[in-house]
Amino acid sequence: MNLFADGLAWIFDPAHYGGQDGLDTRSLQHIGISLLVLAISSVIAIPLGYAIGHTGRGRAAVIAISGGVRALPTLGLLVVIGLIVGIGLTAPVIALVVLAVPSILAGAYSGFESVDRRTIDAARAVGMTEWQILFKVEVPLGLPLLIGGLRSASLQVIATATLADYVGAGGLGHFIFLGLKTNDYSQMLAGSVFVVLLALLSELIFGLLQRLVVPAGVTAGKSSHVRRRPVRSQAASG
Amino acid sequence: MFTAGRGRLVALGAVVVGAAIALSGCASSDPLANGGAGGSSTEAKATLIVGSQDYYSNEIIAEIYAQALEDGGYTVDRQFRIGQREVYLPEITASKIDVFPEYTGSLLQALDPKAAGGTKEVVYEALKAALPTGVSVLNEADASDGNSWTVTQALADKYSLTDIASLKNVTEKLYVGGNSELQTRPYGPKALESKYGIKIAGFKAVEDGGGPLTVKALVDNQIQLTNIYTADPNIKTNNLVALSDPDGLFFPDNVVPVVSKKVDTAAADILNKVSAALTADDLISLNSESVNDQKSAPSIATAWLTSKGLLK
Repeated sequence: MNLFADGLAWIFDPAHYGGQDGLDTRSLQHIGISLLVLAISSVIAIPLGYAIGHTGRGRAAVIAISGGVRALPTLGLLVVIGLIVGIGLTAPVIALVVLAVPSILAGAYSGFESVDRRTIDAARAVGMTEWQILFKVEVPLGLPLLIGGLRSASLQVIATATLADYVGAGGLGHFIFLGLKTNDYSQMLAGSVFVVLLALLSELIFGLLQRLVVPAGVTAGKSSHVRRRPVRSQAASG
Repeated sequence: MFTAGRGRLVALGAVVVGAAIALSGCASSDPLANGGAGGSSTEAKATLIVGSQDYYSNEIIAEIYAQALEDGGYTVDRQFRIGQREVYLPEITASKIDVFPEYTGSLLQALDPKAAGGTKEVVYEALKAALPTGVSVLNEADASDGNSWTVTQALADKYSLTDIASLKNVTEKLYVGGNSELQTRPYGPKALESKYGIKIAGFKAVEDGGGPLTVKALVDNQIQLTNIYTADPNIKTNNLVALSDPDGLFFPDNVVPVVSKKVDTAAADILNKVSAALTADDLISLNSESVNDQKSAPSIATAWLTSKGLLK
């Protein structure tokens, strides 16, 4: 408990804020890196996931590859890429994108696969083109699972973005590396607590997003405000 | 008829047999105990624990110590790659490690941050005085592997850089790169600013201890100044310049074995013979074999000991 108290004392010490190595500066860098990685991963994974989900082709190959890629150790990948491109932001961003893409990809194509085939048939019957089906039916209905994929990717990225400072790219990893190397465990704990706080913040935001962004029609079937009796029968018999 | 009950019994039997085999392997007595492999000596030599830093060069030296001791009849328990000084120093002072290769100046500064520098003899004597009870050092070797402020040849030529003070000539931004703990060291960037008035633009952490990422960053001019150990073969390979240190910002860092009380006279003799044979050029070529030829520490150690005639 003493160690935890020291860690909290380190967090509340005003000397550890401000400047290049302050907890606030580093937290903002950490958030920036995570957002950049999520943006890039989304641009790669979402179109790919939608293509797989919509056409149903390439599913097995992509699942196998993304499953294998998930097993890659991010630090090892970061060092190997760093030996090619040098220190700075590039190597950690590439390594973290590799980490995030499988989760977002899975969210995207499973979201599409969760859409009832009858709904899509109905959309075709109504006369929608393929693109209209994609954007008006599949995307909105697949949104809950996509947000779920983004949520889990965000959590992994925030937790692993501590590795970015292995090559001096900034972020909260600074406190963990410096604390570890100099046996300053209160500093290490402070950095870790901040990473946890950021992760919880991400969970909160994505949880809210999941509620706001899902179309009313998707939640309608789950709640009780569906009409119990068909409207027609009264009109027909009346 | 193969009922479910029978199948379960067979599975259970397989597990029991497997566990018995595995546990019998764990429980067997140490075949090297009780005067082991045909030695003519009747005394049982102690088991010594040899440790090393989380630094490949230090691991090679520790492996040399270990093999020399084993050749002298000792049983050696290797505990390599323990970590930075902040981690293993308490272990040495608590005598949980028996033999550890160290560097005189760096160890002295870690034990006594206010220590005055000087020649390698002065530092060695100061180190002997600064060590806690129960821990001592044997003879120091000629080989040294100290810290240095290193720049590229191009930067050195551009600003006529010879020693650390000449860094003041540099007009472009000077970024220091290296392990994050470099910022807290007494010879770190803060010392450059306070002692020499050199303006440091910033610090970029590269956590691989002067390894390939750091060297690449220096060569690519992402950082202009870093701490490369003087026995690093990369200095020659990549045409780097280790700035000279006339003011003694860095203490001399000769290789010396730190030993606990368990190390008897015979073991000390073995280690002193090793230290006597280890020259500065030797250490650089040992490091080069690891970095450039990718050889393992045990094979490098055996080759060196054999070439020096230290293995029976």
